[in-house]
Amino acid sequence: MEWRDQGILLSVRRHGETSAIIDVFTIEHGRHAGIVRGGTSRKIAPILQPGAQLDVSWRARLEDHLGSYTVEPLRSRAAAALSDRLSLAGLNAVTALIAFALPEREANPHLYKMSEQLLDLLGQHDVWPLAYLRFEIALLEATGMGLDLSACAVSGTNENLIYISPRTGRAVSEQVAGPWVNKLLPLPPILKGEGTGSDAEIEQALQTTGYFLKEKLAPNLGNRTLPEARGRYVDLFSRQITRP
Amino acid sequence: MSSTKDIDTLIELMAKLPGLGPRSARRAVLHLIRKRALLLAPLADSMQTVAATARECLNCGNVGTSDICDICESEKRANGILCVVEDVSDLWAMERANVFKGRYHVLGGTLSALDAIGPEELRIPRLIDRVTSEHITEVILALNATIDGQTTAHYIADLLENRVTLTSLAQGVPIGGELDYLDDGTITAAMNARKPI
Repeated sequence: MEWRDQGILLSVRRHGETSAIIDVFTIEHGRHAGIVRGGTSRKIAPILQPGAQLDVSWRARLEDHLGSYTVEPLRSRAAAALSDRLSLAGLNAVTALIAFALPEREANPHLYKMSEQLLDLLGQHDVWPLAYLRFEIALLEATGMGLDLSACAVSGTNENLIYISPRTGRAVSEQVAGPWVNKLLPLPPILKGEGTGSDAEIEQALQTTGYFLKEKLAPNLGNRTLPEARGRYVDLFSRQITRP
Repeated sequence: MSSTKDIDTLIELMAKLPGLGPRSARRAVLHLIRKRALLLAPLADSMQTVAATARECLNCGNVGTSDICDICESEKRANGILCVVEDVSDLWAMERANVFKGRYHVLGGTLSALDAIGPEELRIPRLIDRVTSEHITEVILALNATIDGQTTAHYIADLLENRVTLTSLAQGVPIGGELDYLDDGTITAAMNARKPI
């Protein structure tokens, strides 16, 4: 078995004294692990930093083997992110969420494209939070937890949709929310692709997507806890917008 | 092959050391046996002593043979500057360079979502205590230039912000390094940190 693809490096784990096991999110083969011989060497270790764009060749005797990778760097994103704490937290959140949520060896070209574009925007703080929010929405969709915000789950109207049902992930209009208001989640317009896209609105939207990641997606993945990296990014982002 | 059980056991144990495999362990054991008086006996004595006395410094996490290591004991080192490193091997590397005259703090790893290593698994709470109790004015974050290393550095910087001066090691072209052989990330970092000459 042998194939060649491009991908985003999600994680690196030391294997023995000289090798590393890497997890790469590839275009055509999805999230795929493999061993890199000599992956801890001075020459290869700097290339194997999470977020790096790689050209990978995978080879194994049988398809279900772990297999080994040979890697060629296409572009490194670590250098741009290392000195900027918000970018670094963002990069960590993206790679950790992909590794956490996506099944192995299932291609998802749409989410791949989105992740690649998102990581290429690292450092552009005026557009990154919104792109990150869109990534989380796409991730929920890719894992079967997509939000349905087209019409009210109760009345069917598409007017005044300002809440989301935490149970179904569907929009709820102001008129029918009545007695359940305290149990419903806020639906900021930015989640529907409307509104001003202000930082405060994005932060509120991230709280809502965070609820579904934590309470709906994580229990579905064997009750694992959501990666702390996601919380750290949202926390840093919130602190940044509240700072005078 | 070695014919006695004790020697086989020694070879098996030696083969578990970093850099050694079964073949090189056999060579090393054979060499030790041939130089029994010169190497094997002193090595055995030394290993026995270290096994009985080696421990982590209760203050900084360095490895020594007493509860508080020599660096923490030394009053000359109490200059108000604390250098935070990931591992004891990093501390030893800094000491080899003989460039830093303050005290160290060994974290014992870096934050890692993959390995579920959080702040509680590292010596971060102890670091915060030391900053106050040892009247530290500057903390040097000498952590590896990796994603995990710098994530940890930023996390510590958040905790100590506005309490002390925070600095980190420069990143760029190593001494003797040729640009042609450097990765893009290092060249970018070096370019961003350029200085007037």
